[in-house]
Amino acid sequence: MTVMALSRSGGVHVALAALAALAGIVILPNAAPLYTLINVTLYMSMGVFALSLALLWGYGGILCFGQSAFFGLGAYAYAVAAINFGDTTLAAVFAIGVPALFAAGLGYFLFYGRLSDVYLGVITLTVTLIFFKLINSTGGDAWRIGAARLGGFNGIPTTPLLTIPFTRIPMSPAQMFIFAAISLFSTYALCKGLIVTRFGRAVIAVRENEMRAELLGYNARRLKLAVFVISAGIAGLAGLLFANSVFVSPTMFSLSMAAQVLIWVVVGGLGTLFGPVAACFALQIATAVLGKLGIVDPNIVLGLVLIIFVVFVPGGIQPAFAALLHRLMDIRADRPVAGEVAR
Amino acid sequence: MKINRRLFLGGTAMALTAPWVNRAFAADDIMIASIYDLSGGLEIYGQPIDACLDLAVSELNDAGGLLGRKVKVQKYDPQSNIQLYTQFATEAATSLKASAVFGGITSASREAIRPLLGRYQTLYFYSPLYEGGVCDRNTFLTGSTPSQTIGQLMPFAVKNFGKKVYVLAADYNYGQISAKWVRDYTGKAGGEVIAAEFFPLDVTDFSAAIQKIQRDKPDVIYTLLVGGNHMSFFRQWAAAGMAGKIPIVSTSFGGGNEHIVLTPAESDGVMAAFGYFQEIKSPANDAFVKRYHQKFGDKAPYVTEHASATYNAVHHWANGVRKANSLDRMAVIEAIESGSTVAGPGGPSTIDPKTHHCATDVHIGRVKNHSFEILESFPNQPPADTAAVCNLAANPNDNQQYVIQ
Amino acid sequence: MDYFLVVLFQIAGTVGNLALISVGLAVIFGMMRVINLAHGEFIMLGGFAAIFGVQAGINIWIAMLVVAPLSVAFLGIVVERLIMRRLYGRMVDTMLASWGLSLLLIGLATTFFGNRVVGIAAPVGSFQIGTYSLGAYDFVLTGIALAVFSSGYALLRFTPAGLIARATMQNREMASSLGIEPARVYAITFAIGAGLSGLAGGLLAPISGVLPTMGVAYVAKAFITVITGGASVITGTALSSVLLGSINTVSTFLTTPVIGDVALLLAATIFLRILPTGITGRIFKGAP
Repeated sequence: MTVMALSRSGGVHVALAALAALAGIVILPNAAPLYTLINVTLYMSMGVFALSLALLWGYGGILCFGQSAFFGLGAYAYAVAAINFGDTTLAAVFAIGVPALFAAGLGYFLFYGRLSDVYLGVITLTVTLIFFKLINSTGGDAWRIGAARLGGFNGIPTTPLLTIPFTRIPMSPAQMFIFAAISLFSTYALCKGLIVTRFGRAVIAVRENEMRAELLGYNARRLKLAVFVISAGIAGLAGLLFANSVFVSPTMFSLSMAAQVLIWVVVGGLGTLFGPVAACFALQIATAVLGKLGIVDPNIVLGLVLIIFVVFVPGGIQPAFAALLHRLMDIRADRPVAGEVAR
Repeated sequence: MKINRRLFLGGTAMALTAPWVNRAFAADDIMIASIYDLSGGLEIYGQPIDACLDLAVSELNDAGGLLGRKVKVQKYDPQSNIQLYTQFATEAATSLKASAVFGGITSASREAIRPLLGRYQTLYFYSPLYEGGVCDRNTFLTGSTPSQTIGQLMPFAVKNFGKKVYVLAADYNYGQISAKWVRDYTGKAGGEVIAAEFFPLDVTDFSAAIQKIQRDKPDVIYTLLVGGNHMSFFRQWAAAGMAGKIPIVSTSFGGGNEHIVLTPAESDGVMAAFGYFQEIKSPANDAFVKRYHQKFGDKAPYVTEHASATYNAVHHWANGVRKANSLDRMAVIEAIESGSTVAGPGGPSTIDPKTHHCATDVHIGRVKNHSFEILESFPNQPPADTAAVCNLAANPNDNQQYVIQ
Repeated sequence: MDYFLVVLFQIAGTVGNLALISVGLAVIFGMMRVINLAHGEFIMLGGFAAIFGVQAGINIWIAMLVVAPLSVAFLGIVVERLIMRRLYGRMVDTMLASWGLSLLLIGLATTFFGNRVVGIAAPVGSFQIGTYSLGAYDFVLTGIALAVFSSGYALLRFTPAGLIARATMQNREMASSLGIEPARVYAITFAIGAGLSGLAGGLLAPISGVLPTMGVAYVAKAFITVITGGASVITGTALSSVLLGSINTVSTFLTTPVIGDVALLLAATIFLRILPTGITGRIFKGAP
């Protein structure tokens, strides 16, 4: 197998990402200042969140406006379980299981009702808004699940940190960083692997043409449901990581959170996996830096970035970058510039 | 040759994780950090706070600084976003190594950063008025608490207007806990809370509540509404022809410039209790307001209690540093605990060493034509609510927020 | 009894309110299949326009009914020219671009107008039902909503312009080959939709006050109302406003505003599951 063929199969990307993750894990905790480490941990949790939608929308073709529902649900499931059980390992399982289970129910309701297109988007959006409203109104003492007070608008600031399994020792920031890096890499590898399996190819076939896929004998509804559930589980994992680097609060369900992840996927490139993660990192850093400089309202910059990307770079950064690279390579190799350039 | 695009991008995957912002400051400046929302929905609270912090710091520097060094503020704007609060607090503590952090407007933001600053051993000052009960040796709280304000306002309201009280409150910790204190103090004053309704911060439609109030006919309405959206209540109350028909008292009205934004027809007659009003007549306050307007111009935002308490907080910290003659966290804490009084614009603010809260003067004001007329003043009110449950002198390792049952 | 009547009046008020905040979005979405996430900010700018108008000494009714819609319609023309025109037929892209626009407008409004609530007093008084005192302004709103919807219906149903609009909406290529210029129709439609959002903003200013971030509270509600209504712009939005508005008000009176909102959202979800193309996708098919 040539390098090119390997690359096409995705194996090389996964290997490179593994190398990068490993390098990060080895170098950063020792070299970087603590705050960089903590921030990068947070960005990686958002990166996992970006991947969940990149898979669902980019490969499953399901436009979910309310991905934040699963993100928040995972975080709340983790916090409530951890406070009640005292053991965070089981709680982490809840963080992934509860959103996945909820997605199974919701997905059944949606896909077997033959809802599609923008209607599906609206329902997922209302679901996350319902969570947002309900959780926001749990400020009173009466709202508790077992020992965990839901806390309404304030969220649960006492969210327990993940412990190292079978001990009661909370993870240090460096360990948390390593855990997040491994999670981000594993999610990336999982998505990469998933899209080359038979299942993944069938999901992509449904995205391309649902009717044709069904006529070929694929159960489109079941495939959509399956990718929906997987994506919800990934979003739940992201929620778990986020809960450990910030804490659990209703803003996780908010409209801005739901829209933010859509932006990452668009800016990064729909139908790619690396792009959305890169866009997520870049935009998070931009927001933080703008908040520190305080010269211009961050909304103005983010808004302009989004408009410019949609209008002028419609494929997102990853494809645009790749096209640029191709062009450079082609010129260097003295090939005709036109023709296969761009797409 | 042709390099595959993804190959290239994969290789740069983690290049982003390099440390980014890192700037140098003059080595001998004393760094403090401020984290207040200067954009996003809470900006209206943040602006005067930010201005008063600047005023206090420039006063320190004009008087020669602290320990012979200038004080410098690194400002962070969390944009009304809790996630940025945690990021900035972590940065202020671990990277900037701030001598003290002044920050947090809502109770939610305080509870987000308080544990972090405790973990990273960075002294923390929280100045907005709040629901009381925080007991933490690393934290000083200079704003008023329910026993100080509600404890004066409720007897005043029951005595003057009647016994049946209807409570409208913001639906989060501050509103929920304060509403319990209202119930408690109403009972002590011989009145009764006949209903309490809670509204999330994004509610703008109060028509149902206005009809329910008319059905239940209370003698007095107590509002603990917060933020721009909740101002709609007063608009709709006036539009329904109810303005002035049932007295309204509050311990949040004015903290977000409500009396300036609303028209006199909508807001005149509303009564509020705070540790500070810009209209207080005293030589100290006259001089303070003059300095404030000299520095920021005539159009500077109205000075709220949140803002004046922030001014006090900076001076309490400065007192501690001077007394300790050091920036060491424990030395400064012990110095402040050994006694610190700031002649603040609203009257003296005195640290209570057992609770790390402040005893302050409390005033009741009534809105008239965009400003408050002071009706009554109560000197030197202790933070009795927190003092009943918290004693940091006896249990220095206590670290929690007590809540009234 | 009085209380019952009060609740009925309140339902009418809520329905009118919901219909007004949705109609601008309905026009743009129904006619052009453009999801305008900057809808809330159009409402916000309408509110600011009305308030600045009043502060400049213009009569409050003219400020609300003329200045607000015209200034936002003008903005709509600019936005259509600069951004939307490049994106027709790409539904998701229009949605994202308008979300960017929404952020941009919030940022600009915050920078130039300041992030504080501004308001004007309601221009009409109150009236009594038994011992209850109600604001009359709610019913002014409902009346204006009725007027907007009936004139919209008449315009689409009975005039040549309406015919052209409906034709372009149904089949762009066909209309184009019949000599209609879709680009112009779209530009006008976008401007009208924006103007209606501005009108809603102007009319809401006395009730809720105006704040740069106020749009967020409206956009999701409006969006859900429009989608629940289905394909028919006017009939669908009117029907779903009545339905969702009633559910919202009744549950708010029975419980709390939160449960009221949740009931509205739940009802919309269930309706879409039963009628996946909205109310007018199944019943009242073909009405404009």
